[in-house]
Amino acid sequence: MNLTLKIWRQANSNTKGKIETYQISEVSPDMSFLEMMDVLNEELIEKGIDPVAFDHDCREGICGMCSMFINGEAHGPDRLVTTCQLHMRKFKDGDTITIEPFRARAFPVIKDLTVDRSSFDRIQQAGGFVSVNTSGNTQDANAIPIDKKDADKAFDAATCIGCGACVATCKNASAMLFVSAKVSQYALLPQGKVEATDRVLNMVNQMDEEGFGNCTNTGACEIECPKGISLENIARMNREYLFASLKG
Amino acid sequence: MLLTFYALILLYKLKFMTLISSSIGRKLIMALSGLFLIVFLTQHFAINITSVFSKALFNEISHFMGNNPLVQFVFQPILILGVMLHFTMGFILELKNWTSREVKYKSYKGILNAPWVSRNMILSGLVVLSFLGLHMYDFWIPEMDYKYVEVLPLDPDRYFEELVHKFESPLRVGLYALSFIFLSLHLYHGFASSFQSVGFNNKYSKSIKSIATVFSIIVPIGFVFIAFFHFLK
Repeated sequence: MNLTLKIWRQANSNTKGKIETYQISEVSPDMSFLEMMDVLNEELIEKGIDPVAFDHDCREGICGMCSMFINGEAHGPDRLVTTCQLHMRKFKDGDTITIEPFRARAFPVIKDLTVDRSSFDRIQQAGGFVSVNTSGNTQDANAIPIDKKDADKAFDAATCIGCGACVATCKNASAMLFVSAKVSQYALLPQGKVEATDRVLNMVNQMDEEGFGNCTNTGACEIECPKGISLENIARMNREYLFASLKG
Repeated sequence: MLLTFYALILLYKLKFMTLISSSIGRKLIMALSGLFLIVFLTQHFAINITSVFSKALFNEISHFMGNNPLVQFVFQPILILGVMLHFTMGFILELKNWTSREVKYKSYKGILNAPWVSRNMILSGLVVLSFLGLHMYDFWIPEMDYKYVEVLPLDPDRYFEELVHKFESPLRVGLYALSFIFLSLHLYHGFASSFQSVGFNNKYSKSIKSIATVFSIIVPIGFVFIAFFHFLK
């Protein structure tokens, strides 16, 4: 496959970026998207050009590091996959592929396609945890009976890998799907009930402080989420937040 | 005792302020005011449609609505407050959304994951708001002038003629129809979306979506039908 790549190049967060065009040939349809980027970078290095910086780690769809906006969609044209799970067979010979970083005020560009998603870490630190005494007398979590439906929903919410595709996709750059998944995974379980009030108030407050936009229920985040996190979680977070506000 | 009362009021206000300064709280206000306006719209339609069947009934209901103290001095101010809350909060939320992505995408395929209507609520909302301005100019301001400025004598039979008179101009009927197309689009997303915002998403959500879709089509068509009925008559 011969492809034309239009890639966002930006030296750092203080400089303005622009789209640069590169030609790449002999791309195998069996390559992953990131392998294609590796090949491009090898060619760029040989030519003495600065390689394209992009995030990646596990390359098997579980770490949430890869973060490209490909041809107008987060993680590209495939559904329920991350960029590392996207294969070049999804494209045709002669295609032009536009690659941009995940864009949001709360995700400033570090370099090229890498963005700073530490705002997600700060939201997690604000309440995305359960306080457990680890003195040696910790109760076995499996000893607590939990309704199967709740356990399943909590597990579904916990599959969020925090990649930020929801923010990148949302026309408002809202982080509601991510935050709601983190709120839900604890709100549904007895272990999470104790800190439920503070958790939702603090996490939503941190989300607002980071400069994310508001949710307008377009549902785009749910469609583009590589883990299929449901909008049901956002409704649950809205409920949790409302009751927590009234409770104080 | 008095101090406790003041403390409770202060606490209540603090919570309210926290609520309206948060993204979720603002969405809640948008949703509740929107649902309230849907109830009003239904009631408005139920009254207007009587003008098609019975001039006397329309006059009777309009006279009641225009002169009942509870409607005039309690419900009407609540309605005005509801409208103002809805569009003011809409602008505040939209402003925040505009600033949440400073550098826009060169390639963004929003249509692949969200319908146009849901992504352009501000546009449909602005058209509806503009129409509301025209509607106030056409009906509400002359009504206020009639009753409270010029203080003209009560005339229970004037309402039907006033309504018919407004629908004589083809330009006005055209604007009316266009505005209701945008209202339909606004309702199509807004109605069901309000339930999501207040935290209601369960096995009944599909039924709510269906009801919302039917409502967003039937009610605006009904209003346009009334306008064309009087225009063509």
